[in-house]
Amino acid sequence: MLKVDHLTVKFPSRFGDVTAVENMSMHIGPGEIHGLVGESGAGKSTVGAAIIGLLQSPGFVSDGTMTLGETDLRSIDRFEAHALRGKRISMIFQDPQTSLNPLMRIEDQLIETILAHEDMPTSAAQKRAVDLLEEMGIEGASARMQSYPHQFSGGMRQRVVIALALCTNPELIIADEPTTALDVAVQSQVLELIRRLADVRKVSFMLITHDIGVIAQIADTVTVMRRGKLIENGPTARVLGHPEHDYTKQLMAAVPPLDRKIARFQVPDEDGPATAGKSKGDAAEAWLLGGKKPVPVGLTLDAINVAFPGVRTSFWQKPKPFVALSDISFDVTAGSVTGIVGESGSGKSTLAKTLTGLIKPESGTMTLGGSDLPGGKARSRHHPSRQLIQMVFQDPFSSLNSRHKIGAILAEPLWLYGLVEDKEERRALCADMLALVGMAPEAIDKYPHQFSGGQRQRIAVARALLARPKVLICDEPTSALDVSIQAQLLNLLKDLQSAFGLTVIFISHNLSVVRQMADDVVVLRHGRIQETGPSERVYQSPQADYTQRLLALTPTMPSDWR
Amino acid sequence: MVYFIAKRLVQSLFVMLAVAFLAFSLFRFVGDPITQMTGVETSVEDQERLRDELGLNDPFAYQFARFTGDMLQGDFGFSYRTRQPVAEMIATRIPATLELGVVALLISLFVGIPAGVYTALRPRGAATQAILMMTLVGVSIPTFVIGIILIFFFGVQLGWLPTFGRGGTVNLGGWDTSFLTVDGWRAIILPAITLGVYQLTLTMRLVRAEMMDVMQSDYIRFATARGVPMGRLYFKHALANTMVPVITIIGLQFGGVIAFSIVTESVFQWPGMGLLFLESIRFVDIPVMGVYLVVIAFFFVLVNLIVDLLYVAIDPRLRIRDVS
Repeated sequence: MLKVDHLTVKFPSRFGDVTAVENMSMHIGPGEIHGLVGESGAGKSTVGAAIIGLLQSPGFVSDGTMTLGETDLRSIDRFEAHALRGKRISMIFQDPQTSLNPLMRIEDQLIETILAHEDMPTSAAQKRAVDLLEEMGIEGASARMQSYPHQFSGGMRQRVVIALALCTNPELIIADEPTTALDVAVQSQVLELIRRLADVRKVSFMLITHDIGVIAQIADTVTVMRRGKLIENGPTARVLGHPEHDYTKQLMAAVPPLDRKIARFQVPDEDGPATAGKSKGDAAEAWLLGGKKPVPVGLTLDAINVAFPGVRTSFWQKPKPFVALSDISFDVTAGSVTGIVGESGSGKSTLAKTLTGLIKPESGTMTLGGSDLPGGKARSRHHPSRQLIQMVFQDPFSSLNSRHKIGAILAEPLWLYGLVEDKEERRALCADMLALVGMAPEAIDKYPHQFSGGQRQRIAVARALLARPKVLICDEPTSALDVSIQAQLLNLLKDLQSAFGLTVIFISHNLSVVRQMADDVVVLRHGRIQETGPSERVYQSPQADYTQRLLALTPTMPSDWR
Repeated sequence: MVYFIAKRLVQSLFVMLAVAFLAFSLFRFVGDPITQMTGVETSVEDQERLRDELGLNDPFAYQFARFTGDMLQGDFGFSYRTRQPVAEMIATRIPATLELGVVALLISLFVGIPAGVYTALRPRGAATQAILMMTLVGVSIPTFVIGIILIFFFGVQLGWLPTFGRGGTVNLGGWDTSFLTVDGWRAIILPAITLGVYQLTLTMRLVRAEMMDVMQSDYIRFATARGVPMGRLYFKHALANTMVPVITIIGLQFGGVIAFSIVTESVFQWPGMGLLFLESIRFVDIPVMGVYLVVIAFFFVLVNLIVDLLYVAIDPRLRIRDVS
């Protein structure tokens, strides 16, 4: 089957060739699911692209061999390579929302692919397409096939994508993060389908993912990569259960477990060389505390309803409003961390926006530390809560203004809320605050693009803290980050929370992460609360069916692996 | 769907009403119509009588309502200059301008879209660079200079094509067309190229930019990864997806082509609406100018309505409700 030996991929640049993948070797047998794990920039996707011959220009394979069965993948020309794509190797992409042509019916896309590789009448191709969709678990396939991609839900669309990848009976499917964009329930169905295809049809899968839980659940063998190099490979249970290499051990230690809460993640070079021997941000810490013991502030939501106007499609019918949140009531104890979990579309982010006064609720009341918290525009721009409630967003790339220097970004809350009037003082405080969040104070004169995602998220946390908030709302703060970076950021948030007595609302779709952070949990679904309670109780003995199902479906590692 | 179209129609109605108001204001307030109609020898009493007869002393709203009502019934008034009904004058000029505009549009599409696709697929090729440079030169030169250069080469030096007028036209039920005679076709080539160059460049650059964008998208990468033949990949998958923004701009531009064919028409002495408009300006023929304004606005509205319908035809996401 697929044999890759000593593969090296380079990208020419003005400063010489950059090696993206170096000396990579792996073997995948028939019906084997081979996981490829590593953090972003490890070269996982590049390996997949090199095998299928779709390396982004100007990258090229400079060394090594790749063979599929008897075919030498490096010696074929581009026409043979294109004929081979789909026929023998196919691919599944991350986001089913974007990987289907929106303007073509599912049927046309399937038949077109089949006819591109096999000489058969259209009716036969159509029949195969129907059978395949049925096999993928799409009911009434012959009718459903007439639909356009947007008429399918996310999970169904990923099934269509898999059917498209499978319709010419390829030997190998390269699945690049096939479940990352899916909710856990759908993810588990898709993973089950992949497992079945490997077992029944003997299709080999190369499963590229950063999610170790997914690998642990279905991969037979695994390769760990870092910075384009192979770290270790072998059977999944051996490599992940008893890692030999230090990097694999660190990686495994950084994965948040679902079944227990750990006080701190083991992160080897956490405080890195950047801050060693320098200020630890004592001045910033002293400023934030103001010489007193922090007094935490609680938050209460009572019967909050949020609805958005629907799209009008007729003159006579009033559009039905879309109910985003209905009857949301819970208390956030002062100085505690409340986790909010739920699948996409459950209203998690709407809740965050309502709390920060970006959305006006239809009804219900919010109070912050006993005083009333008006919603939406009723909360004036000078309302004290605008300062007391701060937010950390999901995407560190778009939440910092790329044309401002870090110094200007951090100083903003200081002058906006009139906290520090003197310019020099502001600058010194910002620099010290950077040290407090584990960054070099010199960063103050740089621009956001000069930092990695994890560093930017630290900057975002520093910005939020400089407003001297009482409540910090973190909306999926780590979902764009690698596990080791995530572990560092979670450690940082825990430290800051306890040092400054912050009340934290931590929103995430990732149950394992929330377990590590939260004292209390709120489980949301379709804008309704399914369950609330202390997180240890909710995780150990979930009451609501929905919570039980979510917990059961989350991919986990066997507990004896660490 | 029905709601969508109905909404657009109502919006169009408001646009037309606003333009009619502008045209009316032009008619009513730019200069005094009575002084323009009468000479110095008309007595003040006669002027007043005329003013009363023409209803110019009526309340403003009433006058506007009458103006709009007349327009809706096809009564566009009379030209100050020729004393002919304006409707008749415009009707004899519309075919020339429309045919010129359509040929210019077709040239820009049939050259612009393939050139856009080609330059997107081979972004570094020598031919691409040459095309991009040439079209940049094309838009940088003013339209009338392009017209004069074309006249100089193909009309004067080579003597291949006529340099003015419409050549032979055939009258088809009140519509003078140049499409049915060889002379007519020969005459339309140069002005159509002149008029189409700008739109061609715009179409090409837009198709190129959109196409390059679409080629990076996941569904094109996925289609490539399952070995969809390259021809289908480029023209069926990629090109169709570039079309929504492209037809938006083409639609807007086509209205512009019709409206601003004035320069080309005067360079080539093309007997279209643009030329009529120029003559009207020279003689302060306000009724003709007002109606011209309304007719052009009508074309803009019509073209944009067609563009909206094309969106729906191209993109199933606008036609069929999705699951949610």
